[in-house]
Amino acid sequence: MGILLNEESRIVVQGITGFQAGVQTWQMLDAGTRVVAGVTPGRGGEWVMDGKVPVFASVRMAVAATGADVSVIFVPSHFAQDAIFEAIDAGVKLIVCVTEGIPVHDMLQVRHYLDRQDVVLIGPNSPGVMTPGESYAGVIPANIAIKGGVGIVSRPGSLMYEVLNVLKRDGVGVSTCVGIGSDPVKCTGYVEILKLFENDPHTEKVVLLGEIGGIEEEEAAEYISEMTKPVIGYIAGKTAPVGRRMGHLGAIIEEDVGTAQGKIDALQRSGVQIARHPEEIPQLLTR
Amino acid sequence: MRLYEYQSKLILAKYGIPIPRGRVTSTASEARQIADELGGKVVVKSQVLTSGRGKAGGILLAKNSRKAQQFVTQLLDMEIRGYPVRRVLVDEAVQIADAWYVAVCIDRKMRAPVLLASSLKNNSNGDEMEALLTLPINPLLGIKDYQIRDIAANIGLPEKFQKQFIKIVHGLWHAFFRMDATLIEIKPLVVTDDGRLLALDALMIVDDNASFRHPEFSEYWDLGLAPRPEVEARKHGLDYVKLKGEIGCMVNGAGLMMAVMDMIDQFGGQPANFLDVGGGAAPEKVAAGFRLLLSDDDVKAILVNIFGGLTSCDDVAEGILIALQERKLRVPIVVRMEGMKAGEARKKLEDAHLVLADTLMGAVQKTIAYSTGGWNGDLA
Repeated sequence: MGILLNEESRIVVQGITGFQAGVQTWQMLDAGTRVVAGVTPGRGGEWVMDGKVPVFASVRMAVAATGADVSVIFVPSHFAQDAIFEAIDAGVKLIVCVTEGIPVHDMLQVRHYLDRQDVVLIGPNSPGVMTPGESYAGVIPANIAIKGGVGIVSRPGSLMYEVLNVLKRDGVGVSTCVGIGSDPVKCTGYVEILKLFENDPHTEKVVLLGEIGGIEEEEAAEYISEMTKPVIGYIAGKTAPVGRRMGHLGAIIEEDVGTAQGKIDALQRSGVQIARHPEEIPQLLTR
Repeated sequence: MRLYEYQSKLILAKYGIPIPRGRVTSTASEARQIADELGGKVVVKSQVLTSGRGKAGGILLAKNSRKAQQFVTQLLDMEIRGYPVRRVLVDEAVQIADAWYVAVCIDRKMRAPVLLASSLKNNSNGDEMEALLTLPINPLLGIKDYQIRDIAANIGLPEKFQKQFIKIVHGLWHAFFRMDATLIEIKPLVVTDDGRLLALDALMIVDDNASFRHPEFSEYWDLGLAPRPEVEARKHGLDYVKLKGEIGCMVNGAGLMMAVMDMIDQFGGQPANFLDVGGGAAPEKVAAGFRLLLSDDDVKAILVNIFGGLTSCDDVAEGILIALQERKLRVPIVVRMEGMKAGEARKKLEDAHLVLADTLMGAVQKTIAYSTGGWNGDLA
């Protein structure tokens, strides 16, 4: 079962006729995910994925015709805000926004609108959500995880793949993994996902992956002190210099705010065991 | 992207916020001319993308235009916190009666825009902030007049300036919203002794992600000031930061890149750089990044770690091969690839004289060993 996604989930891919979306949709289909529709304005009526998936001109039409309840967004950043609003208004229950580089003002508006809606938006810049053996939405490499009792929530994307990979190698199974994305203005943070894991009967332990910049790991630490389930953590960026932007907007240590050590201290105070490097996580989980 | 004070103030002026009379220049003789136009007594302010220039002697008060010319000559010779001074803003000198801090930024906790305001105790350099007021802004509605009146009363702004202040805060919000800014700070906003409300200094940061709807951003990006490899990387959409060590690295994803840097450090090496090729990088982009590593003389060994999700390992391998065609192999290169099309990628690299590693840990340890052990050209 896991959280957010399960074998019943019916997925619509927004921007399905794009190159990347096509490659990733094949991966989702190969993993047994029920991709029931695609959306590209102006391309309604076509069939893609060797005739397996119908394309609609709007999300509303796709939902009406196929009962899709999850949308994955691959639409380029210029048009992504519009695509998110469209998905919200079409009434899907979960939106996974893979698109990176969406202007922060666009997301401020989305976040404000979303507060009044009954929908979960993961991302933007999310690698996706995967409930192994059941369903996945996004760009997480297929066959990278086995079913089990460990919930994973991560701000970094490819770092989560590394961790899934070592967990699989060591035979540790995953209930659901969620890549919340590193953008500073997102709609679902660590805390919302940790709450879902805390209440999910299939999740026994949780892994939190974080990185320098911002205050999200510190906020997570506050909630973790109330959790009953054990949490293992890893924070990237111990050697990152102060004041230099490490890639995306989120990863910068400003004066003393956002350091790896500050985050590690906060998490440890809440009882989180910290792994020294990603490959140590399976050991800490099985201890 | 952080903008210069003079750029920020010109943008504010466009949105109806009063700024001091003045102009930017890159020569001392023009500075003298500007000072003459402004009546002689001026403030000359070095334009650098760092804070603390006042304390570093980068802002000087000139009594007359001759002094202004002399000061600007001095400033153009200066370096402030590693930033050479290339331009100087010459502004009219004003007598400050009272000062405030007003800003709009994004609050990470609320994930919403906020207006910040405070009165400033120390008028002359505007440093001491009193209690900072925070007002969350509805991004779909903007700020309402009553909210601004509340703020004005709370920071002790005299009644007679209220109307002007409302106009200034609306201008600030509109500039923030329409320019896709992530921060606009007016520090200080002053009342002069002749009764004018002025934004004396301003700092503005705009969102690079919004460049597609702001062609004017390209004029603000000051290529002259960033170190060369950073500029080269940026041209190709790569994120590169030069560091002090000897192990060149290329990774997809900022988080994973930093995890790799940390592991290198833990196992006794030092990363020479941060290089994130990003998600879904095409071969040409990868080649551009790899060239940066190959041309860095500090680099004693190279580590490539790719876990492909959106990124195809195949494309990364292609990019590495393109870069290697142009340059003789100078240092050992360890490559570890996993995820999307990793099998195809490994096959492609088989004959390229690289060391292929299976795990991240193995790759890190191998690279460190090569970087310290005096590589003899063998590949193990």
